[in-house]
Amino acid sequence: MATGETFPLDPPRPRALPVPPPIGETAMARRLLVAAAVLFLALILALPLAGVFTEGLRKGWGAWLAAFADPDARAAIRLTLLVAAISVPANLVFGVAAAWAITRFSFPGRNLLVTLIDLPFSVSPVVSGLVFVLLFGANGLVGPFLKAQGIQVIFAVPGLVLATIFVTFPFVARELIPIMQAQGAADEEAALTLGASGWTIFTRVTLPNIKWGLLYGVLLCNARAMGEFGAVSVVSGHIRGLTNTVPLQVEILYNEYDFVGAFAIASALAVLALVTLVLKTFLEWRYGDELARSARH
Amino acid sequence: MDIRIRGLAKDFGDFPALHGLDLDIRSGELLALLGPSGSGKTTLLRVLAGLEQPSAGRVLFGEEDASATPVRERRVGFVFQHYALFRHMTVAENIAFGLTSRRKSERPSRAEIARRVADLLDLVQLPTLAKRYPSQLSGGQRQRVALARALAVEPRVLFLDEPFGALDAQVRKDLRKWLRDIHDRTGYTTVFVTHDQDEALELADRVVVLNKGRIEQIGTPDEIYDAPASPFVFDFIGDASRIPVTVEHGRVAIGGRRLDLGVDLAGAGAATLFVRPQHWRLGETGLAGTVGATRRHGTARRVDLTLDGAGPVEIDLAPEITVAAGDRLTLTPARWRIFFEDGRSIGGSLDAAPGTTRAFG
Amino acid sequence: MTDLTMSPAPARPARSLVTGVLPGFGLAFGWTLVWLSFIVLLPLAALAWKASGLGIDGFVALLASPRVRAALELSFGAALIAALINAVFGVLVAWVLTRYRFPGRSLVDAAVDLPFALPTAVAGITLAALFARNGWLGGLLAPLGIEVAYSRAGVVVALVFVGLPFVVRTVQPLLADFDREVEEAAATLGASRAATVFRVLLPPLVPAALTGFTLAFARGVGEYGSIVFIAGNMPGVTEIAPLLVVIKLEEFDYVGATGIAVVMLAVSFALLFAINALQHWTEKRW
Repeated sequence: MATGETFPLDPPRPRALPVPPPIGETAMARRLLVAAAVLFLALILALPLAGVFTEGLRKGWGAWLAAFADPDARAAIRLTLLVAAISVPANLVFGVAAAWAITRFSFPGRNLLVTLIDLPFSVSPVVSGLVFVLLFGANGLVGPFLKAQGIQVIFAVPGLVLATIFVTFPFVARELIPIMQAQGAADEEAALTLGASGWTIFTRVTLPNIKWGLLYGVLLCNARAMGEFGAVSVVSGHIRGLTNTVPLQVEILYNEYDFVGAFAIASALAVLALVTLVLKTFLEWRYGDELARSARH
Repeated sequence: MDIRIRGLAKDFGDFPALHGLDLDIRSGELLALLGPSGSGKTTLLRVLAGLEQPSAGRVLFGEEDASATPVRERRVGFVFQHYALFRHMTVAENIAFGLTSRRKSERPSRAEIARRVADLLDLVQLPTLAKRYPSQLSGGQRQRVALARALAVEPRVLFLDEPFGALDAQVRKDLRKWLRDIHDRTGYTTVFVTHDQDEALELADRVVVLNKGRIEQIGTPDEIYDAPASPFVFDFIGDASRIPVTVEHGRVAIGGRRLDLGVDLAGAGAATLFVRPQHWRLGETGLAGTVGATRRHGTARRVDLTLDGAGPVEIDLAPEITVAAGDRLTLTPARWRIFFEDGRSIGGSLDAAPGTTRAFG
Repeated sequence: MTDLTMSPAPARPARSLVTGVLPGFGLAFGWTLVWLSFIVLLPLAALAWKASGLGIDGFVALLASPRVRAALELSFGAALIAALINAVFGVLVAWVLTRYRFPGRSLVDAAVDLPFALPTAVAGITLAALFARNGWLGGLLAPLGIEVAYSRAGVVVALVFVGLPFVVRTVQPLLADFDREVEEAAATLGASRAATVFRVLLPPLVPAALTGFTLAFARGVGEYGSIVFIAGNMPGVTEIAPLLVVIKLEEFDYVGATGIAVVMLAVSFALLFAINALQHWTEKRW
């Protein structure tokens, strides 16, 4: 039988050991890697961002503000807001409907549907515009017929809206699908057993669960809708004051060597991008658990 | 390889995880570090392996001070709780990793590595799974591969962190026997961490019970179970009832009643009597209590009993003795241990001849 | 909105192929199909219809044209180089962001998404200004004889900017989930730090990095807005394929534009398919 050994409570401690951390890089290697990454990002991200504002403010705040006093610029801003105001809600409704069908039911061809929804992301913006020209243009499939009815799609607002909806098509749906998949249908089924109607289930059970994911998707969708260039460039026809969105206005000013004007308006778009990033980061930080875990593009 | 630990302490920030431990691990033994979560057992193992830096103290591998040796040069085998297999490598590549990542001058030939891998796969009884990936294996199989991988580098000592923690009950039992068998065949000095007392008592040559960063007791499984050195060990190992008592003039009183334990107790004042459920004996004299609930417990019948003036205890009776709620029983502790508030303890047994009741200070 | 009265069981579509007890399948699925068809499928079908007018011979002739060939080669080549650069630096950035703590880390992390948020036209004119002879970077490079603006290098620079987030964001979650025990295991087995990094930590990232690389590549092939300002757009030299599509459209050569678009689309879809196959393979094995 062993007798219990006795231990002094806190024995005098021998020397501390000057040995490097057992696992991981040395402090030097860490610093080098961090420096390399930060330098790369500074060069490729920070410098261009700083450039926009520097160039825009080159002639001072007066010139910067003057760029927005231009009637064409104002028309472009109104048009961009209008296009976003139509295409974002359209994709919001679609995204919710698609996510509801895909995550709450199982049916043949479900995976194919998911793939098809993602399709516009792999189409070049220019091609996204082109397809609508082929459909609705003067020599297009249905263009001449619509023209006879007095409906102009290409080189007009409907074309801009269609092209914008196309390029922002997947944003809301692909944000909602993983979230609703992860949450499962148990909550809605519980509401169903309590006798709730479909609309009640959606507004009082589903919506509160997905609202932050929905906002996240809308945020990204809106940023792209307001900033899209290639697709709208193809369908716009560049009619000043009529079919020029803000990014197209930037192009026109730039090509006319009105650099201060171009960069002033570009800096407004950059602010929009920064606000989007801040909100997005906030949502990820605050509601990260409720957002989709998948990589986002 | 014997290991000596002297004054070993480890702090995480302000939190002391280990308070200056001393421990000798004998060459070739199978040692269990047993304790509840937060007791410092895993920290101790990680410090021994070199995965954590001690805040103070020394670790000696034989005569060599290993404290200054980085983990990759320490030549220890470490089996992680969640296996930590390399998921992009096959079983064979996993096992060969330690050999193939040696410098060219020290690396065995390809044929030699292949032979060693095949031998180890035989040892862990997975000879047909060499080409599988870890994701294609069951938990028990992964654990075996992890052990084979650790053994491949011919470590000086083998460490296992909760080796069976993530497995289900039946697999745990099988692997216990198997680990004991491998230990006996290979003879590695082996230290494993567990929170499962059955595992520690069944498997180990010696058990170290840890609590809050301190060693409570070191001993063989029999010593730990039969002679717990502290109230903590008594509670942690096996079931036991705690009964508050007072000691006066060498006699024990429970709720005002005298209890004859057949021995004169040195000491006085409030103390706690520990008795395991199976160590009560029914009789004509002794303590009296009222039966509450009864239930089947393994091979015995466990009875919740309220001792007059002392409160609830659990006792095990032979299943053929039937009792009902409300029955009165008279009983005495056949084996017991009393801990005084100053930490001293005395234990004894009625089975021993009078005068040989063993007491431990 | 409180409607807890017992309503009759919601009507479900009669088809037994659909499973799910909740109401609203017909509406949601119907709307999804209509909208998808109208916005995505029909326009893409128009593309196929127009391309069929080209015929095999016409297609071959189109691709044989030096200007078209040069534009496609530039778009694919520059996208490839930029995606390779992004693969290397993307893994580096993801590594630094997930494994080290340094001041400003969360700011840097958030900034990685800037290319997704910044309109391409804005990126385009800024990069052009930066790399112009009188720009901040162009001024530094000019004495060394390096011309980025209005050259093929400019195309690559723009695509590095545009494609940066793809690799970072595909690799990052993997690195964050990495079990520390795995590198500790490598260390106890005697592996040097370099061996641990290159044999244990990096290989499992390869499929994700490859996915990010492919996404960046696909995006680069189709990219337009950020390139046209910096590239100079010299036919046969710095003219990218999407720009050629626009030019053909402006010349009312719809068939020619469609032909180039079809090549770009086919490659994009093939890449998408390859990514899916890769992910499927990875999931199955690891």
